[in-house]
Order: sequence, then C-alpha cells, then structure tokens
Amino acid sequence: MTEEMLHSDPAHKGEEATHLSNRVLIVGAGIAGIQAALDIANSGHEVVLVDRLPSVGGHMHQLSETFPTLDCSQCIMTPRTVEVGRHRNIKLYVYSEVEQVQGEAGSFHVRIRRKPAYVRWDLCTACGACTEACPQQIPVQFDRQLEIARTTKSGQVRTYGTGKAIYTLSPQAVPKKPVIDTGYCTWFQKGKCRLCEKVCPVKAIDYEQQPSWYEEQVGAIILATGYELYPLSKLGEYGAGDVPDVIDALAMERLLSASGPTAGLMRRPSDGKVPKEVVWIQCAGSRDPELHMPYCSKICCMYSAKQAMLYKHKVHDGQAFVFYIDIRSAGKRYEEFVQRAMEEDKVLFVRGKVSKVFREGDKVLVWGVDTLTGLPVEVSADLVVLSPAMIPSEGTRQMAEMLRLEVDEFGWWTECEGNLAPLETRRRGIFLAGAGTGPKDIPEAVSQGSGAAGKVLSLFARLTGAAGAPVRPEDTGIGSSTRP
Amino acid sequence: MKVSYFPGCTLNTTGKGYDNAVRASAAAVGLDLVELPEWNCCGATYPLIVDNMLELAAPTHILVSAHEQALDEGHEAPLLTTACTTCYNVLRRTNHFIRNHPEERERVNAFIEKEYAGEVEVKDILHVLRDDIGFELIHEKVQSPLKDLKVAAYYGCMVLRPPAEVAYDDPDNPRSLDDLMAALGAVPVDHPHKNECCGAYLAVKAPDVTREMAFTILKSARSSGAEAVVTNCPLCQFNLDRRQREMTQFHAGFAPIPVYYFSQLMGLALGLDAGAYGWERHYVDARPQLRALGLWNG
Repeated sequence: MTEEMLHSDPAHKGEEATHLSNRVLIVGAGIAGIQAALDIANSGHEVVLVDRLPSVGGHMHQLSETFPTLDCSQCIMTPRTVEVGRHRNIKLYVYSEVEQVQGEAGSFHVRIRRKPAYVRWDLCTACGACTEACPQQIPVQFDRQLEIARTTKSGQVRTYGTGKAIYTLSPQAVPKKPVIDTGYCTWFQKGKCRLCEKVCPVKAIDYEQQPSWYEEQVGAIILATGYELYPLSKLGEYGAGDVPDVIDALAMERLLSASGPTAGLMRRPSDGKVPKEVVWIQCAGSRDPELHMPYCSKICCMYSAKQAMLYKHKVHDGQAFVFYIDIRSAGKRYEEFVQRAMEEDKVLFVRGKVSKVFREGDKVLVWGVDTLTGLPVEVSADLVVLSPAMIPSEGTRQMAEMLRLEVDEFGWWTECEGNLAPLETRRRGIFLAGAGTGPKDIPEAVSQGSGAAGKVLSLFARLTGAAGAPVRPEDTGIGSSTRP
Repeated sequence: MKVSYFPGCTLNTTGKGYDNAVRASAAAVGLDLVELPEWNCCGATYPLIVDNMLELAAPTHILVSAHEQALDEGHEAPLLTTACTTCYNVLRRTNHFIRNHPEERERVNAFIEKEYAGEVEVKDILHVLRDDIGFELIHEKVQSPLKDLKVAAYYGCMVLRPPAEVAYDDPDNPRSLDDLMAALGAVPVDHPHKNECCGAYLAVKAPDVTREMAFTILKSARSSGAEAVVTNCPLCQFNLDRRQREMTQFHAGFAPIPVYYFSQLMGLALGLDAGAYGWERHYVDARPQLRALGLWNG
C-alpha cells in the first residue's frame, strides 16, 4: 500500500484544503469515547458523538464499583455523561449507527442512521408514564437478561428484574428518553395494546416512526467501539449458558449494583436464595488457544477480586473461591488490592483450571484442580461467575470494511504501530481509543480517550495552521470537572 | 445402502451380542453392512508418538481394504463404519492423518505396499444411522416402542474427542444417542456426565479408580431419573456394567442399573428376535426390566 493510498480517498482528490472541517466524529460513547469527546469539546471544537444504544455510558455504566478504589462506577461517571448530554460543543446521536464515511483527513463526509425509537424525543419529557403503563415484561439487556426467580410467602414464583417493552437503559440514562423494543411490544407483535400512547401526556409515541439519516462533515474520526463478552453459549464445558446459576461477570456486576435487578441484594437467579458458596472462574474462553481465544483478557483477575470482595461485604458468612491460572495484577495499587481480597476478605484463590461445571440438584458442581497441591477439587457451589474472554463489539469487522481499515484475526482494530502509534490507524485522520483495539481497563481506556483527543487536536493545528478557538466557561455545560 | 463394516476384535468376541444386534438392526432399517473380506486389529489406540509411522500401518491397511471392497462390489461411495468407538477413533484419525500429511502418507504406503490417500470416509455407526438413514425413518419402522423407558445416553470420549478430528456431535453436549432413543420410544434424560471418562483401560491396572469414575456417571444418571443407561461404546459398557459389582460393596444404598448397548434396544424396538444379543454377558441383568415392561422377546 502506497503512502498516497493510505492517506487519501480517490473520490475526493483535487478538492483539498477548501472544505476543511475542524469537527470530530467519535464512534462509541463508552468511557473512552466520552473522555475523548469532552477533551475535544472543551478545546472549542465540535464533536459528533454516535452510539448505537439509546443512551451513553457503555459498559462502565453497568459496573457496580471500580477497582482498585471501590468507587461507585455510576457515581463517578454521571457527571461526565451529564456533561456529554448538555455540552454545547457535543452533538449526540444515540440509537444511531455510522453507515458511511467518505473523504480524508480534514474533510470526512459521514452518514449516520438513526434507528426509530417509536417515541418523538423532541416532545418526550421523560415522565416515565409509558414504561409504567406497559404490560409487557421483558428481560433487560442492560442487566444482561438477568432474571431472579423468587418464591413469595404465598408460594407463588415470581420473576424479579424484568423490564418493559418501552424502556430507558438505566435510571441515570443520558439522554433519558425511552425506546420501544419491537421484538417484545404487543402492538408490534400482535397489533393490540397501544397503552403507552394512551397514557403519554405529550403525545410523543409514534408507532409509524421510520429510521432517519443525517449527514455530517468532520475533519477527524475516533473509533471507540469497545468490547463485548464471549457468549456463554460457546462455553460448553461450563454449561453453555443453560444453567441459570452460571452467569457472566457483567451479570454479576448488575447483581452487585444498587441499580441492578435486585437493587443490590445478593440473590441467585434460579430460586432467589442467598448464594453461600460462590465460585469465580478465570479465563473462561481466554488463554485457550485450542478451543477459544489465545489472548489474556487482562481485566478479569482484578474485577473478580473486586466482585469476590463485594460479595463478601454483602454475605459475611459466604465463601468466595476464585480459580485462576495466574493472578495478573499489573497496575498501580492492583496487587495490593488482590492481597486485600485474600487477607481481609478471606477470598480463597485456587490456582488451577476448572474442567467442568454442571448442575446437580439445586447446586452447581465445579470440577477443577488445585495445581499447588496437585489434587482434584470439587466445589458444590450456589452460584458460579465466569470471566468470559473479551471480544470486539459486534459490528467492528463491518465497520473496518467500510472504513478500509484492518482488524486482526479476532476482530480487534489493528493499530498503525503497536508500540509507538497505538492510537493511530493506517488512515490519516482516523484514530483509535479504548477496548476496541484489545482488552483494557478503565484507566487505560480513559488515557487512550484523552490521547486520541490530543492526536486530533494536534492534527487540526497542523491542517489549519492555527489552534482552535479558546473555550469559554459557558460552553462546557455544567461544571468544569473534566478540564485540567 | 451398502457400507463397509469393520467389526473389530471386541465385537467379534466379548461384544458378539452387540455385533449381532447392530447387524440385525441395521439390516432392518435398510443399512447393508458388508463385513470387510479381510481385516486385522485396528491397533486399539491411536499412536501418541508423532513420528511412529509403523502404528499407522495396521489401521491404514483396514482403510485400504475398505477402499478395495467398495470398488470391487460397486458401493455408492467408499464408506467404512464400525460400531466399536475405539476402532472408530483410531480409523477416523488415521484417515485424517493420511489425508493431511502427504509425506508421511508415502512412507506408510511404501511400508504396506499400497496406494492410499484417504479416499474412504470413516463414520461411526451412529453417525451413519443419523445422517445416512435418518432417525425419522427408524422411528417409522419401530414395531414395539420402548414404553417411555427413561434412559441416560452415555457417549464416552472416543466419538467426541479430539473434536476437530472425530466429533460428529457437540462434544460438550452430544445429542445423537438421545435422539435415537427418543425415536425408538424411550425417554432420554438429561444428565451432566454424557461425555465423562468411564476410566477406560484403568479397568486393567486400577479397577478401583474405574469403579469410582463409573460410579460418578451412574449416580448422576440415577439422580437425573434414569432407569437404565445406554451406550455405544463396548469398553464403556464393560466398565459401567461390570464395576457395579464392587459399587454395591463400597457405596451404601447403590441400586444397580442396567447398561444397554444402543443396538440391543434398537433391535427390540424394531421387533427383531433379541435372543442372540448377549444378555447373559451383562453383570446387571437387563432382562427383568425388559420383562416388566413387556419388551422381552428373547
């Protein structure tokens, strides 16, 4: 590939420099994208921030607390999500996807497709009447479809943690506007109901809403597309997702979170009992070149120690086991944090892989090995939490094709150069941030967001030969929490 | 449909009843098993030493024999099947190796003085019944359905591992034997140890270890509601069945459970004469259960 091919789009040759834009497109409004957006917006440049979910925050918004400080994730994040929502220099496209990008650094032409929410957000006041009226109970995507069966005093089995077919992503959602899940909505499925339309005081429900397309002109792009977890269905040895009391780590975050399906009470999905023996299994699909992913997912050792610790804070007489290959706690105050889980919270770390997890009666049996004693171990657990491999978020590959960029064999974005250009792609003007290039924890994702913002500003200064306009305090929405 | 059939040593001796049942049941559903005119031991284990070409000679010789038979007798396609899972594992993996290693293939060919490049397809008998005959068709030919007998299907390891080379089913949650049982009118119960190790050859060196491994499987089958276990592997059948003798001594309250070969139940369901199916060789006699269900016809 020649230098020219790398840096220019044949369709736009010749009209250079005339239509330079100093606006920025950021794809993905997780913590990396949010950080980049705020840094750039606060420098005076306009940001177009796109996310396919109905509200911003990404995976960090789902977490209960963060390691190694045990900060409440939503609490430390909300000032930023709110600022993103209100910032004068940030144009937010949620429930939207980038469909086409043409042009080159300094002059990209972007087409964005907004999915129909079936709610007119310009009218909606976020009163919540629609969600309250909706009769259709659905599993909550934000809570990892976690549903807790509980038997009431009268002997009825009820399911806790269900949501409604018209919903906002979370109580702290930004923007806090509802969307209808047509896969569950009784009107879309059976042609009956329309209760939300009846109760809406501002007549914002619009069942006929169509997708809409928007065109934006930007000078640079940051891809902060993030990660997903390897699906449990692919982990046959761990029950393939068919055992209700075997859950993934993000589900455990929701279970531990005060905003989760149980409002923070420790209950297990199958019968709503308090789990007294909980097993965490590391490297479920990571570091397994033969069957799954060969790479280390990097964050699991830390969040499992954190989850085990939080579990012990909620269930004092419970026993937490963590099966691990090695404990990878490389990070500031990380090793101390793991030691604290062992020593203060008496979390039992067992060095060895688990070979099999299966249901027996109301227990989940875990067969593993303790490689320090060389003996097989069987734990009769109430709840098992898997740390599945991190994988690129869905659609990363298609986006790479559209942008003519490379991804590696697992679908992670390929950096221009791994050591010295980790935020650049091979196309000038398109940058990377966050876990889209491979597993990363929050501080790393945030650093990369800021780093990519710096790269963009530096590019703009070079393209225009001048710095951006100075930022005024009134431009930044609320507060100045993100400014240096 | 004509398919080359390799009985193997077990089905020719201690598993003769299993073999009789396989041949009769196959014929009853239109599967013509043609025994190889000349066959030898498969080697019994796939060579674990990577450069040991010699151990590939015996199984390759069987594959060559199947290829020649298919050509001589005009089979639709050169297809070799066996009802012994160990033989299947060895033959299938040898074939896989021959297909994918041209240099080593030449050495093996030179040794056995044949030209073989992996032309034969090796399939386990259950795989042939599932994909080439079809459980639907088998279901239609059932004369006396198995009366909702609750069976735990047990696959062992030989048809599942290593998955990339031998598996025709989900190695973690196989279904084919369960589905066949359902087609015959039994009720397959779900249990977690369908693919657990039965102890295999440890039966020779450390029978107490095998006993405990088999006990884990049988206990879980029982607690999942099974009244019988069904398997497609001769060595598994032996371990699960014979070790029950000691289980009753070591595990208080252990209730013996019959361990069938799938073909025995298949023959019964198809209404065939089950007299020569080797019932007398079972440690846990299955006949009382069959009589109680009104299925016994031997």
